[in-house]
Amino acid sequence: MINVLWSGFILIGILFTLLCGDLNALNHTILTSAKSGFDMIVDLVPILVLWSGIMKISEKSGLLDKIARFFLPVLRKLFPSLKKDSKALGYISSNIAANALGLGSAATPFGLKAMEEMQKENKNKEVASDAMITFLVLNTSGVTIIPTTVIALRMMYQSHNPEEIIVPAILATICSSVAGLILDYIRRKKK
Amino acid sequence: MSLLSKIVIPLFVVFVIFYGLKKKVMIYDTFLEGAKEGLVTVFNIFPSIIAMVFAINIFLDSHLIETLLGVLEPVFLKVGLPLNILPMALVRPISGTASLAVLNDIFANFGPDSYAGRLASTLQGCTDTTIYVLALYFGSVKIKKTRYALSTGLFADFIGILASLAIVSFFF
Repeated sequence: MINVLWSGFILIGILFTLLCGDLNALNHTILTSAKSGFDMIVDLVPILVLWSGIMKISEKSGLLDKIARFFLPVLRKLFPSLKKDSKALGYISSNIAANALGLGSAATPFGLKAMEEMQKENKNKEVASDAMITFLVLNTSGVTIIPTTVIALRMMYQSHNPEEIIVPAILATICSSVAGLILDYIRRKKK
Repeated sequence: MSLLSKIVIPLFVVFVIFYGLKKKVMIYDTFLEGAKEGLVTVFNIFPSIIAMVFAINIFLDSHLIETLLGVLEPVFLKVGLPLNILPMALVRPISGTASLAVLNDIFANFGPDSYAGRLASTLQGCTDTTIYVLALYFGSVKIKKTRYALSTGLFADFIGILASLAIVSFFF
C-alpha cells in the first residue's frame, strides 16, 4: 500500500505540475521538503524521548499493566489475537486515553510503542497483524473527546462559544470509530 | 473541559513518578533507559517521515486538489453541501498541518461560529491524518503489507464526514 501511495503522490503531483502548474514552486518543494520533514522530526524528538523515559518508569513499576487491566474487558474484545498479558494492551490504552484528551503529541509515543509490542507477537514481520489494523483504524478514526487544537484556534478567532463543538465532535467520532471497527471486524472474519 | 486537558499531563507525570517510587523502581535510571529507546524509535521513523513529507508536499503543491474542487463544485452546489468544507475533507487524511491551515482559512473567511466553521471544527476533531499515521506507524516497525488497513481507515473517515454533516445540521 505504501509503495503505491508514495509513488502515486509523487508521480501524480509532478505530472500534474508539469501539465498546468508552477515549475518554480515544484523545484522549491523538491529541494525544501526534506528540510520540512526534518523540522517535523526535530519537533517530535524531544517529546518522544521524554515520554519514552516516563513510560519506561510506568512500565517497570507495573502501572502500565494496571492501566491495561482497567480497559482489559473492552480491549480483549477488540484485540482477540493479542496475548492475555501483552504489553501492547497497556500502550494501546494509554494511546487511546491521550488521544481522547486531545494530547496528540503525547499519544504518538504510546502508539509507536504499541506497534513495537504488537510486532513482537506478529508471526510474519512484513505483514500487518489483525491487531495492528484494528489499532490503527481505532487510532485514525480519531477517538477525540477534547479537540484541544481546534478549541484553541476557535478562541483565537473569537468564537462566542469555542467549546460548543465538543459534543458534535464526540458524536461524529463515535460514528466513524464504530463504522471503522465494524468494517474491520467483517474483513478480519472474512479471511 | 479545557482545564481537564491542561491538568491531565502534570497529574500523569506526578502519578507515574509517585507510583514508581512506591514500587521502589530506580526511576532515574529507568527514565534514561526508556529515553534511549525513544531515540531508537526516532531513528526508525526518521526515513518514513522524510519520505512521506516529500511525497505529500509535492502532491499538495501541484494544486490538483484545487483543480478537483473546481470540477466538484457544481455537483456540491446541486446536492446543497457546503463547498468550503471540501478542501478540508480532501486534505485531512494526508496532512495535519495542511488541514489546520484550511481550518484557519475557513475561520478567517466565515468565522468560527458559521455553519462552515462549525462543520470544519467537527471534522478536524473527529478524523485524523489517516494516510500519514499509517505510513508512520507501519514504517516504524517495517511492515510492508498493510492488507485492508488503509481502505478501512478511509472508510471510517468518510463516515465521520457524513456524520459531521448530519450532526452539525441537527445541532445548530
